[in-house]
Amino acid sequence: MLDTMLSRPQSLFDQLDAMQRLLSRSQGTESAPGAIRSVAYGAFPEINVGRAPGSVEVFAFAPGIDASSLDVTIERNVLKISGNRVSAIPTRDAKVQLYANERSQGRFSRAVTLPDDVDTMKVEAKYRDGILRISIALSAAAQPQRIAVN
Amino acid sequence: MADRKDLTTTKPAESNQRPVSPAVDIFEDAGGITLLADMPGVSKDRLDVKLDGDNLSIEGSVELDLPSEMRALWAEVNVPRFRRTFTLSRELDAGRIEANLKDGVLTLRVPKQSHAQPRRIEVTTG
Repeated sequence: MLDTMLSRPQSLFDQLDAMQRLLSRSQGTESAPGAIRSVAYGAFPEINVGRAPGSVEVFAFAPGIDASSLDVTIERNVLKISGNRVSAIPTRDAKVQLYANERSQGRFSRAVTLPDDVDTMKVEAKYRDGILRISIALSAAAQPQRIAVN
Repeated sequence: MADRKDLTTTKPAESNQRPVSPAVDIFEDAGGITLLADMPGVSKDRLDVKLDGDNLSIEGSVELDLPSEMRALWAEVNVPRFRRTFTLSRELDAGRIEANLKDGVLTLRVPKQSHAQPRRIEVTTG
């Protein structure tokens, strides 16, 4: 299950897609496929989106954040996640020698377009082990139904 | 991979994927070196901090509590594993490393040996 969530289906089209991304990156223009709100590789936080039978699940990989600084909003099917990450590196101390500073810090914001068939009134957000998980229920019409046969 | 047995649909090809190198901050003060590593989704029991001689390695696997029959619409994180190795130098006291994991950030504190005091080297002429 984790693998289906964490990797995109390996089809020929995906391989082409990956190749195209690679090409466009080497030419200096990142053109991620599909979504207009997708951003260049390496944005913070990284986001995975999955679809379950009853909900759409959004996972934002945002470690080291005070949950109270996280701001999650949905407006017209666009989910926006923003917050602030405070750096742990002591500043203003001349005796501190910095060797690596790879972790992004400061304010961040990302937006994800949700599918049309979600019920934006039924949303749950949880933050655990550095992952913000947002579950948006599918609208009643989009839920799997059983039709009785007479 | 033995540590992936619990994942239900591990495909052989994917278990060969190289783990992701976590982003780190490393800084040194008078008392020692502090290392912070971003490992979102890694819980304490899936984290492994190992010391082999001078080699310090950190490794962890991502755990997501997923509903059944989930299919991916968009995935930026493709490999559910982190690993990175560092070489420690002699003046560090590897036996007193402290590790703390909170909200997906691993903090390691590597103190200096108590005898590793700053010293001035005399320059002689002639």
